[in-house]
Amino acid sequence: MLSVKNLKFQYDSSTKFEIPDIHLDAGEELLIIGKSGSGKTTVLNILGGLLKPQQGEVKLGDTILSSLTGAKLDKFRGKNIGIVFQKPHILSPLTVVENLKLANFFVGEKGAQNLDLLKELGIFDKRKSKVTTLSEGEAQRVSIARALANHPKLILADEPTASLDDENAAIVVKLLQDQAKKFNAALIIVTHDQRVKDHISKHIIMGGLV
Amino acid sequence: MNMIKLSWKYLIAKPLNTGLNILLLALGLAIITVLILIQDQFENKMTKDAEGVDLVVGAKGSPLQLILSSVYHIDYPTGNIDMKDAMALSKNRLVKNIIPLGMGDNYQGYRIVGTNHDYLALYDAGFESGEAWRKPFDVVLGFEVAKKLGLGLGDTFIGSHGIGSSSHEHDEHPYKITGVLSEKGNVLDKLILTSIESVWYSHDEGHDHDKFEADVSITGFPETDEDREVTSLLLQYRNPIAAVQLPRFINSKSALQAASPSFEISRLFELLGVGVKLIQGLAVAIIIIAGLGIFIALFNSLKERKYDLAVMRTLGASSGQLFIHIVLEGVILTLLGAIVGIAIGHLFLAVLVMQNEQGAISGLSAAVFLQEELWIVGYAVIVGFVASLIPAWTAYQTDIAKQLTKS
Ligand SMILES: Nc1ncnc2c1ncn2[C@@H]1O[C@H](COP(=O)(O)OP(=O)(O)OP(=O)(O)O)[C@@H](O)[C@H]1O
Ligand SMILES: [Mg+2]
Repeated sequence: MLSVKNLKFQYDSSTKFEIPDIHLDAGEELLIIGKSGSGKTTVLNILGGLLKPQQGEVKLGDTILSSLTGAKLDKFRGKNIGIVFQKPHILSPLTVVENLKLANFFVGEKGAQNLDLLKELGIFDKRKSKVTTLSEGEAQRVSIARALANHPKLILADEPTASLDDENAAIVVKLLQDQAKKFNAALIIVTHDQRVKDHISKHIIMGGLV
Repeated sequence: MNMIKLSWKYLIAKPLNTGLNILLLALGLAIITVLILIQDQFENKMTKDAEGVDLVVGAKGSPLQLILSSVYHIDYPTGNIDMKDAMALSKNRLVKNIIPLGMGDNYQGYRIVGTNHDYLALYDAGFESGEAWRKPFDVVLGFEVAKKLGLGLGDTFIGSHGIGSSSHEHDEHPYKITGVLSEKGNVLDKLILTSIESVWYSHDEGHDHDKFEADVSITGFPETDEDREVTSLLLQYRNPIAAVQLPRFINSKSALQAASPSFEISRLFELLGVGVKLIQGLAVAIIIIAGLGIFIALFNSLKERKYDLAVMRTLGASSGQLFIHIVLEGVILTLLGAIVGIAIGHLFLAVLVMQNEQGAISGLSAAVFLQEELWIVGYAVIVGFVASLIPAWTAYQTDIAKQLTKS
């Protein structure tokens, strides 16, 4: 379902990235690991259509993502790709559930399952809270819920466990896996966190051996 | 969720900032609202009150003062004129109609004006109750006078000498109310009308009971063999030639002065216009400052919001939607400012009118809404749009990947 071929990207002449080909079916999981500065976030941004590769193509379903531009790309991303960032980045003027509804609004979805999603992630009781009143772990779960609000085909997570303890790190990885399975979505986690390795079997290593 | 709600949420997340911006804009717009309201009603009222009066003749002095005192009853009269001169003038073939006025007294600040029934006909006055005066010391109250003083048919009162409310009382003959006029929204509402004879007799020394029982004159000048005076005359021309010849003819006579209401009023508006322009300039300056304030607030908020904007893009917002998001914020802000401003303007005028029960602005109404006020809303929205253009453009160009990788 996701296929990445011959990707090449560079910010400038000194930072060039050779990105390994990726093939991922619906419901499959992939871990991209690499040390700091190896280009993990860069790859994730390319996969999410936030950066354009200089070469190669990213294909999601029948759509060649790397050839979309403008509002078309934005709408496609909003509908089909859920991105979980290292920091939660919840929009602070909005409540938890409004954050989800905003994601629905931008792609014209109804968001009928928003509340179920919040229940499953254990933050239903916080649905009317502002982000400033949430704990770090709760905020992280809100950002996961928001990434899933439109039932994406591809879930991208950038260092989702970086600021969490062992226990919570395991919970978050499990959550992402469960939700991806449930929606039959492909899941890619990008991390330098060795703890995640134990949970996901398929690996790609950026910038040589770790 | 929709774009308007989204912008609204961001606005109320900063209540102080938003409130101050709205208030500043509202202040500027309130001034404009008050100006528009006063100007419109003033002009309307002034033209209405002067309708049917082609020329005012009185004692020499300021022509504007003569008009203000005799037509609008807001300034002091220029003095009195000899009734013989007045009667001579009424025989002029260029004069179609002439109404004498005698002034000098008041009751509780409301002017007592001596005249004849033609004056009532001039304004097409109707009666709420009772009828016009027939005998000396019969009076008819304007609608507002009756309401404010709580007086009705058959009540009596003693007038005071002079035109302001603090003058000393006549201790002679009481006035008796024979009628109350219905509300007209014109100058009659605030007058106490009576016969010329009443005004004369109240200033005479000694009582002559035969005179007090005789009928007063209904039209034209009172019959008398004494040397009497009136304050001024309201004239109607017989034909257009009169407009050219009559004022010149009257002004050349040493004792009399003629003034045209329409001419004097346009002169007055010209004089007031300078002041109005000044206040208008001030209001425009405030509005520009408010627009700048909104621009600065939006621009500053962008710095902290670039992240939010980038996140919105990852959620599927197009750059166009981000542009709209910011513009909407500016427009909502100014729209609210306009509504609050118009409300403040009306409230301010209402208070102003309440505090000046008898002055020139007492006849104004704060409950009148003009089409121009819709223009105020329109202009305000334009200010909001212009102020938010540059911030919106910056939002439009947000580089998502760069924004998100920056921590
Ligand atoms: N906008 C940019 N312009 C130029 N160089 C950049 C830009 N963004 C990232 N880089 C460089 O590209 C390299 C890879 O960055 P990237 O953020 O992908 O690393 P990473 O693997 O995610 O690291 P970390 O684990 O620390 O998050 C770094 O050397 C970084 O300095
Ligand atoms: Mg990174």
